[in-house]
Amino acid sequence: MQVNKEWTPTIVAFCCNWCSYAGADLSGTNRLQYPANVKIIRIPCSCRLNPMFILRAFQRGADGVILCGCHPGDCHYTTGNYYARRRMTLLFSMLEYLGIERERTRVEWVSAAEGAKFAATMNDFVKTVTALGENKRLEDLRCKE
Amino acid sequence: MQRVKEKAIELLRSGEVSRVLGWKTGEFFYDLTPAVFESVEEVEKGFVFSLFSGANLSKYLIAESKKEGKIAVFLKPCDSFSFVQLQKEHRIKRENIYAVGIQCDGMCDGESLRSAGCEGMTGVEDGESLTVHTLYGDQVIEKKEALLGKCQTCKSKRIVDFDELIGQQGEDVPSDRFAEVAKLEAMTPEERFAFWRTELSRCIRCNACRNVCPACSCEKCVFDNPVSGVQNKAVADSFEENMFHIIRAFHVTARCTDCGECSRVCPQNIPLHLLNRKFIKDINELYGDYQAGADFDSRPPLMDFRMDDPEPSVIYTRGGAAK
Repeated sequence: MQVNKEWTPTIVAFCCNWCSYAGADLSGTNRLQYPANVKIIRIPCSCRLNPMFILRAFQRGADGVILCGCHPGDCHYTTGNYYARRRMTLLFSMLEYLGIERERTRVEWVSAAEGAKFAATMNDFVKTVTALGENKRLEDLRCKE
Repeated sequence: MQRVKEKAIELLRSGEVSRVLGWKTGEFFYDLTPAVFESVEEVEKGFVFSLFSGANLSKYLIAESKKEGKIAVFLKPCDSFSFVQLQKEHRIKRENIYAVGIQCDGMCDGESLRSAGCEGMTGVEDGESLTVHTLYGDQVIEKKEALLGKCQTCKSKRIVDFDELIGQQGEDVPSDRFAEVAKLEAMTPEERFAFWRTELSRCIRCNACRNVCPACSCEKCVFDNPVSGVQNKAVADSFEENMFHIIRAFHVTARCTDCGECSRVCPQNIPLHLLNRKFIKDINELYGDYQAGADFDSRPPLMDFRMDDPEPSVIYTRGGAAK
């Protein structure tokens, strides 16, 4: 139970194995700091992200979900991130349509060489979600502690 | 209307087809249900084509066209879009189907007649306006008032694919079907959230929307997974209502022909078509106009991309929804 502790958001970051995951690694080896609230989940390609994963993350207590993938044109599988881009655009638009805060979801392209961008992105995203507060609109009370 | 029944009899009698997919009477004259007829006698006894033949028959072809022998099916313009979409997805065997296109002026349903003030209905006469026979005498109401929701915003009178036509071939008609979506988009996120909570919290997870939807035709559905925890209302909370409807709408994105069956069958009158239309509207605005089932050769937008597609952040900056 978190009674006296200050609330901090839980962020789930889905990172592409080939670029953003390596980018996160690089930001670590460069000793750049980003908040520990960010939980990274490695996926083989940004295109692997099933919309269900995002909703599931919210259900299990995430306050923000971010997808990091290779820059368009740099996909390890040539075109995966182009498909992911269309899907995420439509999904985010639908979440927005249902009245769920659009700032809770984000897509950012981070290459393996952009350790600094990864840290900056995460810092910024955590700040945004902290300002929004707890995820109330897509929570599942049964999954709460 | 009689011509449709005659056609069914003629096709069976000539041996052209061995079965006919049509509508038969339910308990009342206004609750017609889809049915397969295997003989002339069955057709003579039970086949009905009337103002209440709103049901889209194309989904039944997935199972029926795989059976032995040819089956005749009657398709209204909006049904023919689903028919073509299913062919594009290789879900039905076209060579086993004899498609008869029927022109349509809009279908009605018992519920809209009742909400227009008719009680104890015993029959309806079609015409310029509808004459409704009731236990308490006749009532005349405007046809516009009794139309199904999906017919009020009819998008096309064109029958995309058919072997034979009853009535005239029509054309796409201008429709303001996105007006309701635009109205929702103009609200604040709080208002939209409240709106969808009111609507979706009525969901009883009867799965009627899924079962009737021609696009929802997976042989194994994600929502049938017993460990997903989304299969019944007894254990559900608000999250699952959101989840079920978001994922269902997403799974039919760019394949939904906007036939409006989901909203028609919903026993709780949830405007489910508004979710599908939102996706259609977004696709039209972001990736160019696309109508699922309108032709045989276009590429579905989610199986396609352009190098210069807008970034997902576009929804933060877009007018209307993102104010």
